[in-house]
Amino acid sequence: MKKVFIYKRYERFWHWTQAFLVLLLTLTGFEIHGSFTLFGFETSVNLHNKAAIALIILIVFTAFWHFTTGEWRQYIPTLTNLRAQAAYYVTGIFRNAPHPTRKTLLSKLNPLQRLVYLGLKILFIPVMVASGLLYMFYRYPRAGAIESLGLAELTPVAYIHTLGAYIMVAFVLVHVYLITTGHTLTSNLKAMITGWEEIEEEGDSGGGENTNKD
Amino acid sequence: MKNIVTFVLSVVVPLVIISLVLRDAARENTLLAELKEEHARPHIPSVDHSKHADLQRDFDNPHEITATCLSCHTERGQEVLGNAHWNWEREAYIEGRGITYLGKKNLINNFCTGIASNEGTCNRCHIGYGWSDNSFDFSNQNNIDCLICHDNSGLYDKARGGAGYPVPGLDFRTITQSVGRPQKENCGYCHFHGGGGNNVKHGDLEMALLNASREVDIHMGVDGGNLLCVDCHTATNHIMLGRYYAVSSENNQRATCEQCHTAFPHLDNKLNEHTVKIACQTCHIPEYAKVNATKMYWDWSTATRREEGLPYQVLDSLGNELYTSIKGDFHWAVHAVPEYYWFNGTADHHLLTDPIDFEDLPLRINTLFGNYQDHGSRIYPVKVHRGKQPYDTEYNTIIQPKLWDPEVNRGALWIDLDWEAALRTGMEYLGMPYSGSHDFVETEMFLPVNHMVSPSDQALQCGDCHTRSGGRLAGIEGAYIPGQTTHAAIDSFGVLLLLLTLGGVLGHAGIRFVLHRRRNRAPAQ
Repeated sequence: MKKVFIYKRYERFWHWTQAFLVLLLTLTGFEIHGSFTLFGFETSVNLHNKAAIALIILIVFTAFWHFTTGEWRQYIPTLTNLRAQAAYYVTGIFRNAPHPTRKTLLSKLNPLQRLVYLGLKILFIPVMVASGLLYMFYRYPRAGAIESLGLAELTPVAYIHTLGAYIMVAFVLVHVYLITTGHTLTSNLKAMITGWEEIEEEGDSGGGENTNKD
Repeated sequence: MKNIVTFVLSVVVPLVIISLVLRDAARENTLLAELKEEHARPHIPSVDHSKHADLQRDFDNPHEITATCLSCHTERGQEVLGNAHWNWEREAYIEGRGITYLGKKNLINNFCTGIASNEGTCNRCHIGYGWSDNSFDFSNQNNIDCLICHDNSGLYDKARGGAGYPVPGLDFRTITQSVGRPQKENCGYCHFHGGGGNNVKHGDLEMALLNASREVDIHMGVDGGNLLCVDCHTATNHIMLGRYYAVSSENNQRATCEQCHTAFPHLDNKLNEHTVKIACQTCHIPEYAKVNATKMYWDWSTATRREEGLPYQVLDSLGNELYTSIKGDFHWAVHAVPEYYWFNGTADHHLLTDPIDFEDLPLRINTLFGNYQDHGSRIYPVKVHRGKQPYDTEYNTIIQPKLWDPEVNRGALWIDLDWEAALRTGMEYLGMPYSGSHDFVETEMFLPVNHMVSPSDQALQCGDCHTRSGGRLAGIEGAYIPGQTTHAAIDSFGVLLLLLTLGGVLGHAGIRFVLHRRRNRAPAQ
């Protein structure tokens, strides 16, 4: 068992801010969709719009951070160990097999994560942000009048945004569950809070749940 | 510790300062304040008619009064002869019909069907003297009744069944010396009583507006704006702003909220954006008939019943007629909730000559045009008056019955209680055929609601429409209404996706848990 530094301070700030905003967007968004009543429709709309702007600012800062620090390289997809990583979740994890990849500061994402997060960044988030902005600004006030972006109707925009919201919640469910698949049940969580993660020693076959030696 | 201080100073403090600077300062609606100030100034008449030499006399002939008015207001007669208050018809283009000349003169409505053959009583509300039948001279200025609109004494009154003539014995010296700008009482004399009684027809125009609170009508309420009808329904050369779409067809000359409040009336821009598709009235008139009941349903088919050989009537606890032998069955509503329709300011009308489409019932006496895709359309609150009207089972057209006559056995339904005679006589008067067999068809008429605007704190709130079920706009098609509109496939897919994900996660966790326990137990054995 050793501890390695994985998540830098900005990264952790970004992650938890984003987690909070996504939670808020989900709660308010589904209230706006009419799925349940929580804050009240008007409050939900205001919170949703403010959280959306905050998230966009966060995304801009984070994109800047990715490029200036070179962290964007973490998301370069790789086929190496992709199959092994998938096999780990399907079978290895039950047999207490070791993680097929090793987390380091320079390579903190496993091959599956690389693929999923790249998809999130270049496809999912742009679609949600674009549909959200269209939803927000398809009509907008300017100089004492209401202007329009010329969308014939809001319907397709709203459908895409809603569909995306369901996918987002599904992602979060899996994401939250996968927190527990680190070296120990909580090692991933601790890492995202402190930056330091406990990982397996070389040749250590002990997996997450076999933690008597802890 | 040093890092935290640096973070607070470099990130948090600037963000707080930026937010404070960009925050909207609390604003006041200056437009409303200006309007209130403008309308608080009293109207000062430029003329005191009691000082006119020509009016220092008694009159006994109403035509003579008109001639006296016109002796000074020399051009006003010609103006009035050209307007719709006088002619009860307008030239209008209607999509699918072309140029039409329609109005109260020749259109049918869902109340007493129409004025033809009933002018003696209906035309008490004409701004003229003596329109008792087709022979009325619309070109004679001296037939104009100036007083019904301009009497400010409150003494003027038109006779029942008098075809517009005043009741005998009025104090015309006082009346003529009082004339001035039309008051609520002048307009209300006719417009509050459409359909045969107070608030029967419109639902948002009634006697209670003469002395209403601001909760009933923020504009006309005596403790509200205390406005007159003519403050909004302004006139140029006797042509007034205002359209009532049971008789109007075109999108012009309308009295609008925007003429005072502008198209950008709210401090909240989200609400201003709503004005593109939602008429002001929709949110600001959450209910109508706030004081007295209005008629919602009129079934002519049950008229002419007798009890022990005599006509009778049934009243509800508030004194509203539920049944009368001369008119049939009624439903009433008080604090009525409007229905909502797309409307672009143009309308069509079902004419007496139009065949009834039995595939498309109830028959729409008037049709409000509009839909989501049409940029001129907005959602309006509408009173829908439903009922049953007589039609010719052979010609499949609506029939205009004769309802009223001063004498018996002249075919008037209200006098003789004989449908066949009334229908035959009415159509004879119009010079139109009647086959001799009739039945009743379901009809509806659409009356946009424009009055009885509530104080802003009583306007509809977001959740009144943005709700999954039972929202005010549940029947509106075309628009995506957040909170109400759903796509069944998307929601089904979404819920299924979440259930599968949750199942997968729990299944995976369950297997891990079971295997982990088995593994931990094994060495102990």
